[in-house]
Amino acid sequence: MLNRPATSTQITHFRRLWLYVFCGLVILFLIVPTLLVIPMSFSGSRYLTFPPESWSTRWYSAYFNSIEWRDATWVSFQAAIWTTVVATISGTLAAYGLHTARLAAGRYIQVLLALPMMIPVILLAIGVFIFFAPLGLNNSIPGLVLAHSALAIPLVLISVTAGLHNFDLNQEMVARSMGASRPWAFLTVTLPQIRNSVISGALLAFITSLDEVVIALLIAGGEKATLTRRMFLALRDEIDPTIAAISTLLIAVSIILLALTQFLQSGRKS
Amino acid sequence: MSAVLEAQPTSATARQRGKNADALSRLARREQHALLGLTLPALVIVGCVVLIPMGWLFWLSFVGDNGFTLVNYERLLHPSYRLTLYTTFQLAVLVTALCLVLGYPLAYLAVQLPPRWASILLICVLFPFWTSLLVRTYAWLVLLQRRGLVNEWLQGIGLIDEPLRLVHNFTGTTIGMTHIMLPFMVLPLYATMKSIDEGYMRAAANLGASPIKAFWQIFVPLSVPGLAAGLIVVFVLSLGFYVTPALLGGGRVMMWAMQIERSVAVYSDWGAASALGVVLLVITLGILWLVSRLTGAFSIAGGK
Repeated sequence: MLNRPATSTQITHFRRLWLYVFCGLVILFLIVPTLLVIPMSFSGSRYLTFPPESWSTRWYSAYFNSIEWRDATWVSFQAAIWTTVVATISGTLAAYGLHTARLAAGRYIQVLLALPMMIPVILLAIGVFIFFAPLGLNNSIPGLVLAHSALAIPLVLISVTAGLHNFDLNQEMVARSMGASRPWAFLTVTLPQIRNSVISGALLAFITSLDEVVIALLIAGGEKATLTRRMFLALRDEIDPTIAAISTLLIAVSIILLALTQFLQSGRKS
Repeated sequence: MSAVLEAQPTSATARQRGKNADALSRLARREQHALLGLTLPALVIVGCVVLIPMGWLFWLSFVGDNGFTLVNYERLLHPSYRLTLYTTFQLAVLVTALCLVLGYPLAYLAVQLPPRWASILLICVLFPFWTSLLVRTYAWLVLLQRRGLVNEWLQGIGLIDEPLRLVHNFTGTTIGMTHIMLPFMVLPLYATMKSIDEGYMRAAANLGASPIKAFWQIFVPLSVPGLAAGLIVVFVLSLGFYVTPALLGGGRVMMWAMQIERSVAVYSDWGAASALGVVLLVITLGILWLVSRLTGAFSIAGGK
């Protein structure tokens, strides 16, 4: 065994060419379908083909001129922004509390706060629908924000907890021994240093709310229909090319947010 | 009473010190509780959206017109429900297996590549993760349609003569769901593989193992925690998935989640919906609990 030449225990690039080809195909499978939506959104014909037979921006004008789509977009953005505020603040407070208290009960609280991530969304949607009905929260922005915040809190919690792990709490102790109150020490010493994790968490909360469909399908009807709810219904009933234009705009939003998180992460490492 | 007090009852200073220690520890405990209090806003939100509604569903599933009943659960044995559950499990197993076959080599390559290429590859995995679920489902809807790109291309290279039925059926649902679930497989796998010490593989090679033998006997067993996390997350998410099967299945592929939604929206049958929901919940949480017991703490978050 040991007298074989070293090269027989090494894999050459050529011998694993199949791996490169296979993974290349998987990557294509992952990203190409989504990206093809972009050229298709500039199609001039009603029938979506690739490549488009003629080019136009008619589906973008259809979107911007439609009051229904514009209203839905506005509802979605309002819900997403409020969700970001609520989930980021409550999630960051919870992460800080759990991290610094170091009590046995903290583990159970952590599991409770992770539940929204584990339970199938359809169940949350139906449960929320019956619970919100007597409270008058269905078909309202506060109702959407409450439900979306629950979905986003676990993500903020994970992100901020990771940030706190990389932070030396003694720095906060120093500030407090110099006379700063706990909240002040947190705001001026800790928060600036875990800033990137908090912002990452906030971006996750924003995109979670913006993309959420199932809960909105049940509890956001009438004037409070979100963009995703309208898209889902439009896709189920008939494919409207306007959706290609909306999708392209949403892809742009996700690329911007993904780039932001990558930027924040590279800042964290250095 | 503190131990210090009992040990030296005669010394006044020691008694004082004991009192101080007592007061300090009480203060510390009070502070810890106050800190846990910071979780209250988050707990209230999760309580309103998860705990109370889930409790309510549980209650509804056992209540009929005349009080306690199991009739909602008995109905789950009806053939139409059984078919839905069978389809759901079949699809979840198939999608999980496909994600394993496509995701494992990808994660493996990502840890082997130089950092620059690896990060490009990871961004390709994260990009779908950040793109709206509906946008991606829509993309498949267009690509797989009768005169869509996939059919045109397959006909173009002469593989088929007639366009295939790729969408609004089981095939389309499988393709779309695999696309959506793949990042959930790759990210935990990548996180685990990244932490495997390269030294083990070199040691195996040094001891005469061929690359293939070293891979199967050293690398694969060491990647099991990430593998388990990926498999479980994909399987559990697939069981409760609604959006993509509803759109790509075209109403022909009945999934568990769709049956629940339909029971409420079409038939206003809360009993059936909540019984279905409770069973789905018990299976989902049961699997997650079992795995967390088997593998210790396990992170769903992966690289997200």
